[in-house]
Amino acid sequence: MSPLLSRKPLMCQEVVELVTDYLEDALPRRRRRRFDAHLAGCEHCTEYLRQMRETIRLTGTLTDEDLTPEMREEFGELFRKMRAEEER
Amino acid sequence: MTLGTPRARSRPQADPDSDLLARVRAGEELAFVELVARHRGTMLRLARLHVASTAVAEEVVQDTWVAVLRGLPGFEGRSTFRTWLLQILLNRARSTGVREHRSIAVGDARPAVDPARFDANGAWSTPPRHWEEEIGERLDARALASQLRSGLDGLPERQREVVMLRDVDGLSSHEVCSALDISEANQRVLLHRGRSRLRAALEAEVGTP
Repeated sequence: MSPLLSRKPLMCQEVVELVTDYLEDALPRRRRRRFDAHLAGCEHCTEYLRQMRETIRLTGTLTDEDLTPEMREEFGELFRKMRAEEER
Repeated sequence: MTLGTPRARSRPQADPDSDLLARVRAGEELAFVELVARHRGTMLRLARLHVASTAVAEEVVQDTWVAVLRGLPGFEGRSTFRTWLLQILLNRARSTGVREHRSIAVGDARPAVDPARFDANGAWSTPPRHWEEEIGERLDARALASQLRSGLDGLPERQREVVMLRDVDGLSSHEVCSALDISEANQRVLLHRGRSRLRAALEAEVGTP
């Protein structure tokens, strides 16, 4: 990339495609600086980044269904069986 | 080995499973069942990547626990329990697996945000509306969870796998790459598309701008 091109400020539409690389710390240093510079002057992209973080946080609150009583019994039995095997 | 260069040594990390493990080692059946419950979702998801059906994935999970109980006396905690567990699981799933190798569908190249929301220069014309507090107010926890779940269900398979493993199960990017046999760059593309769509799904629920 030519120095001239790389100094061109990032546009919002590019920023929303770089958000994940930014959060994953995968942007090359210069690109990261341009990203930060854009954020500093753009409340909408700052909000967008906040929403992405919020999305990740909320996804992390999802939990799996609990074991059914049958499954609990099944694994309990497995445990007892293995213990008995060990002691033999 | 070079003198003067300290060997890279991983810091002893607090293993979130260590309490349960101690109880399992002491022979407490309930602790074992809790341990199974805690890891079941992640294990099934990972196994399912390599085998042909959910039923086979269940078997792989079961076999893994047998191997874990046999191997537990030799587990020294050099990695976290989960890392060890998932390693065993993946080995078993891979050797059981008959699932055809799927190509990585990075093909779905939809942009993160509808292009109609930007002007000709690529600046926001319809910017995102602030939701930070709003989202908690407007959606109760259950509505939110169901919205996220249907959002996840609507993702292309590979995106869903990556988002689930990273954001629900909390695996590292490295763990996900090795579980899926994909590159870091591909993993990021899938994660990006998946997360972007989930954000859009939440935005749609909160109210479009």
